[in-house]
Amino acid sequence: MTPLLSVQGITKHYGAHIGCADVAFDLYPGEVMGIVGESGSGKSTLLNCLAGHLAPDAGQVVFDTRADGPKDTVTMSEPERRMLGRTDWAFVHQHARDGLRMGVSAGGNVGERLMAVGDRHYGDIRGKATDWLERVEIDAGRVDDRPTTFSGGMQQRLQIARNLVTGPRLVFMDEPTGGLDVSVQARLLDLLRGLVRDMGLSAIIVTHDLAVVRLLADRLLVMKSGRVVEAGLTDQVLDDPQHAYSQLLVSSVLQV
Amino acid sequence: MSEYNFAYLDEQTKRMIRRAILKGLAIPGYQVPFASREMPMPYGWGTGGVQVSAAILTPEDTFKVIDQGADDTTNAVSIRTFFERTAGVETTTATSDASVIQTRHRIPEKPLTEDQILVYQVPIPEPLRFLEPRESETRKMHSLEEYGLMHVKLYEDIARHGHIATSYGYPVKVEGRYVMDPSPIPKFDNPKLGDMPAIQLFGAGREQRIYALPPYTKVVSLDFEDHPFEASKADQVCGLCGASDSYLDEVIIDDAGGRLFCCSDTDYCTGRRALGHKGPAFPGSEAAA
Repeated sequence: MTPLLSVQGITKHYGAHIGCADVAFDLYPGEVMGIVGESGSGKSTLLNCLAGHLAPDAGQVVFDTRADGPKDTVTMSEPERRMLGRTDWAFVHQHARDGLRMGVSAGGNVGERLMAVGDRHYGDIRGKATDWLERVEIDAGRVDDRPTTFSGGMQQRLQIARNLVTGPRLVFMDEPTGGLDVSVQARLLDLLRGLVRDMGLSAIIVTHDLAVVRLLADRLLVMKSGRVVEAGLTDQVLDDPQHAYSQLLVSSVLQV
Repeated sequence: MSEYNFAYLDEQTKRMIRRAILKGLAIPGYQVPFASREMPMPYGWGTGGVQVSAAILTPEDTFKVIDQGADDTTNAVSIRTFFERTAGVETTTATSDASVIQTRHRIPEKPLTEDQILVYQVPIPEPLRFLEPRESETRKMHSLEEYGLMHVKLYEDIARHGHIATSYGYPVKVEGRYVMDPSPIPKFDNPKLGDMPAIQLFGAGREQRIYALPPYTKVVSLDFEDHPFEASKADQVCGLCGASDSYLDEVIIDDAGGRLFCCSDTDYCTGRRALGHKGPAFPGSEAAA
């Protein structure tokens, strides 16, 4: 089976500092990969390199495109990469404000990606937008409200709807539950898990919250100082951490 | 007269502007940056249009200036006087007599010919500005032809008002490539942009951009399949000349809520009245009956 995303030797330096160094892994269709680590460990740098927001200094990110098969997204032309960003890829930001257009109604936010790939029928766009609002548990009656009138959890769900409406195959998530309170987090996680399973999505989730990866991720990378220190199945890494840092991370979780 | 170079600007500046114009004509709808000069009038008064006019005027030209369709409002009068003084060219108010027409917010009702040039004053040349404030990003969107966002604006209009409520500065696609802001002309004028025999030049002074439409260019107003573009105007006839096919201004005429609809193109209206047409504002006229 061809991996959906094959990452080799991704390295990014910020001057003399290491952003991330020599990261390699394969992601298969339908698989969810978690990336955990403390603040400053290079998780977000890695994610941004993978999603094409940052240009890595070295390495390859080979994506299995629908049309041409596996292709290195680092060296592909910018229009191609941006096209991927609108169709097969989705990016869920930590802060919904970064991923939404706050001055545009919820329906317009969801519809933007559809219009970007050429949908020109208002009724269809609106129908799909309403449908997706319902799928992320937002009342369809709020389709014309601006995201500024939404709660934090609703904004995050709206951002997810906006990203998934074009049926992407790979979703990048940067701390999708950060900044939400625990009950809202639980609902969001439940929703995400359902969507990932139903749509057969592959996902890469960056988080510092081990509970999130326990629920969502099949496999786990543990990062420290820009390097991957441990990789394996989620339950295996969390239940029997091998590296000293992973042990520290697992034992630091507060028990209620 | 002798204190100024012909048409105020120095020859090197005119040359630079002409280069920008030629590039604009070669790539219809593309915004060409140019080094906009300080002009002896404030930004927003048509400094871009004035610079373009100055660069293309020749001593043999006949010049006309329109402000919102009118020849006799502040902006039109001051720019016309400016070129009378600095270039000494003939000026006119008759559309058909002019070889260069500088306009603010209107296209003349009378069809233009291949011998004419229409110069627009543009406040904001970037159609995506209010949706995406980053210039670096909008330039990238133009170069990669990513225009989905433009439709988001139209979508918002329909969602809020039930129809496309954008009534001026209505975005157009030029030759199937660049999305262009036609300057704040009413969308009633949009169909005239396409396939026009005259050269159309757009100058934005503050924003330092020039763009252009060569003669007979294909210009399509953006819309949705189920909400097609409609060139709308007030559903009235001109009170003065009775015209039903021209764009109308609504004028308040007294303190009791009295209103008059009249042609925004004063030359067109005057011409019709000279031919004996009378609107409902004159008692006993043909249309009032």
